[in-house]
Amino acid sequence: MNSSRHTLSVLVENKPGVLTRFTGLIARRGFNIHSLAVGVTEHEELSRITVVVDVNDVPLEQVTKQLNKLVNVIKIVELEPESSVRRAHIIYKVKANAATRPQVASAVEMFRAKIVDVGPDSVSIEATGELGKVEALREVLEPFGIKEIVQSGTVAIGRGAKSITDRALRS
Amino acid sequence: MAVKPSTAKDSGTQPASAPVTATPSSIRRNTGPEVLTGAQAIVRSLERLEVDTVFGLPGGTILPTYDPLFETDKIRHILVRHEQGAGHAAEGYAAASGKLGVCIATSGPGATNLITALADAHMDSVPMLAITGQQASTLLGTDAFQEADIVGMTMPVTKHSFLVTRAEDIPAALVNAHHIATTGRPGPVLVDITKDAQTGTAPFVWPEEPVLPGYRPILKPHAKQIREAARLMSEAQRPVFYIGGGVIRSEGEKELLRLAEATNIPVVTTLMARGAFPDSHQLHLGMPGMHGSVPAVTAFQKADLLIAIGARFDDRVTGKLDSFAPNAQVIHADIDPAEIGKNREVDVAIVGDAREVLAEMLAEMRSKFPKALERQREPWWRFLNRLKQTYPLGYETHGELCDPQYVISRISALTGPEAVYAAGVGQHQMWAAQFIEFERPKSWLNSGGLGTMGYSVPAAMGAKVAQPDRVVWAIDGDGCFQMTNQELATCALNNIPIKVAIINNSSLGMVRQWQTLFYDGRYSNTDLNTGHETIRIPDFAKLAEAYGCEAVRVDRNDDVDAAIEKALSINDRPVVLDFTVPPDAMVWPMVAAGVSNDEIEYARGIRPEFDGEGEEEAEAAIAEAGANEDGTVRSVAQIEGGLE
Repeated sequence: MNSSRHTLSVLVENKPGVLTRFTGLIARRGFNIHSLAVGVTEHEELSRITVVVDVNDVPLEQVTKQLNKLVNVIKIVELEPESSVRRAHIIYKVKANAATRPQVASAVEMFRAKIVDVGPDSVSIEATGELGKVEALREVLEPFGIKEIVQSGTVAIGRGAKSITDRALRS
Repeated sequence: MAVKPSTAKDSGTQPASAPVTATPSSIRRNTGPEVLTGAQAIVRSLERLEVDTVFGLPGGTILPTYDPLFETDKIRHILVRHEQGAGHAAEGYAAASGKLGVCIATSGPGATNLITALADAHMDSVPMLAITGQQASTLLGTDAFQEADIVGMTMPVTKHSFLVTRAEDIPAALVNAHHIATTGRPGPVLVDITKDAQTGTAPFVWPEEPVLPGYRPILKPHAKQIREAARLMSEAQRPVFYIGGGVIRSEGEKELLRLAEATNIPVVTTLMARGAFPDSHQLHLGMPGMHGSVPAVTAFQKADLLIAIGARFDDRVTGKLDSFAPNAQVIHADIDPAEIGKNREVDVAIVGDAREVLAEMLAEMRSKFPKALERQREPWWRFLNRLKQTYPLGYETHGELCDPQYVISRISALTGPEAVYAAGVGQHQMWAAQFIEFERPKSWLNSGGLGTMGYSVPAAMGAKVAQPDRVVWAIDGDGCFQMTNQELATCALNNIPIKVAIINNSSLGMVRQWQTLFYDGRYSNTDLNTGHETIRIPDFAKLAEAYGCEAVRVDRNDDVDAAIEKALSINDRPVVLDFTVPPDAMVWPMVAAGVSNDEIEYARGIRPEFDGEGEEEAEAAIAEAGANEDGTVRSVAQIEGGLE
């Protein structure tokens, strides 16, 4: 795990333009967004952004403070690897004919991934997991020839009973 | 600042010509909320927010709002000649009064012309509301006539912004905008309102309070941090207050004066904080930074404690950051948590309103460290006083033309500290910051962060509207003046008798100074031909006369007083004084960009010799430091890293 990679969970008001403000600010500070996922929460007035950024600690603190200044941002929590569950969803389209298909299938099985589409010359494989795991699958699949990759942003949630949305709404 | 709903004020404000079609009589007779057009709701909301003045210029998409604006007698609309002028006028109004400044423009180019002023207000934390018209919501995104995504364009330069597409959302948007602009760290807020939101109707429902779940500025400093700050202040041998514009915005000048006098700690006021502490006060060392005074700059470099209040360690103050105040611990108090530790690591971080921080620091010192309040810090003051005596602000006289520093110091002397002074950007700004004697906050307006040439005339206009009983001077340059002088027409026609002093060196003077110093005198594109021995295009006196202003050209120091006195005697129209000054006059002292503050030059090629002197004083200071208040002797290691 890259020590300068951080996962932030950000609760924002569910309003137009909020994502633009959020990403614009990160871009202005010159940070690279590694992955981004946005979705609804259990409260309709809130959306949740999970963003993975490559940045060292000091500038991270600065960008977190800047993001906190956005009027639409309710709360920012950094999710540490050891105390959170993080998942990315990825689909690989891999070259596979009748001869190589069994080998691909066995790799897929080893990674507990799933074949979701089969054609005469290709298979599509979906995998869910920590980014490290889905990237390891990619290495195994690469020799067969990867034709296409599509990937979701990482989503992450803290372990245990605590809910950051509850805490945010209470304060 | 809570927005109080007012009921009394509301009665009788229903415009006589309220379109009957928009407010069916059945609804009117009802006891429910009055139905207004969005345009009427904008005007009504501004009235309820106690906005008394707006600066603006109408156009297609804001036209609906200009109709009810025509009727209200509670709001004075001042028609500018360019929207940038409206923006800076709103800034000047806000900076001189402490109230919200408001400007209005139409969509597209009207809105984009406001951007410079928005960016300026954002950098200098000016409470400002910009209302822009927008194409109808049905046309958004179609490249309709005069459509511009102004919310998108201004995101980086506003504190927040709203796009309003429905009439019923207008009161809440304006209440929220007002609250955001005027609380916490103040700043500009843009409210972009589509034409159909202005023409549509809705019951006028006034929100009891702003609803902003993600906006909670912290005003009250943490007691533990105040305790720690007070402890450092009580222990420091060579402390300095580093006072920024936040003290003026928070109106904390009295608390600052009390704390400084109680602790006997020297005070440095930044470009944005000129006037937060009286220049005439013996504890004041002047301005820090690139063109700061030798005592102020040196005090930072030699300090063992900086107490930064409402300041942001801007590069123009710190010079090369690594070597800025190298021996100092830092207490940094700011209302904006993102400023703390942004440029310089801090030892004590305090988030809070500057006024509260200053008041609580004094209370803490009094209750927990009363002995420290008796300390005179004699070696430190001996050192600083010697710097003050040896390196006062001064200038070389250039002979036949007016000396710019002389002109500005005479304006200050003859007008006095109750006036408001608004500068443009460049040499004249620095001379004004140096040579005007500031005694009170909100008397100095300038574009500190963005450095906007052209700020001065419209800002002075806004200040004069806010403070009609004060003399308001625009100290401008010949370059700056040509960027926004069209607002002289606004001033002349609306009885806003500002006084403009053009420090006319016939060039983009600050750029020229850098060309002199760093580009071997290769004056690439800095000659403006407005001054001495040039074709004088334009002739500023004639230009001013064409705008209905009184105008005087002054070419010699001997004539300076008479011209200023004449300007002060005229109050029925604006006055423009065109002071011919030599292009070679330079701003000193100076720390070149990107170098250490230790490299300050008092005048060209002249470095203060505080190294030698400093050593003696350092020894004295260290000797004193050796004996603590309780009589214990500190180890050398603790004291080392003192005065070099």
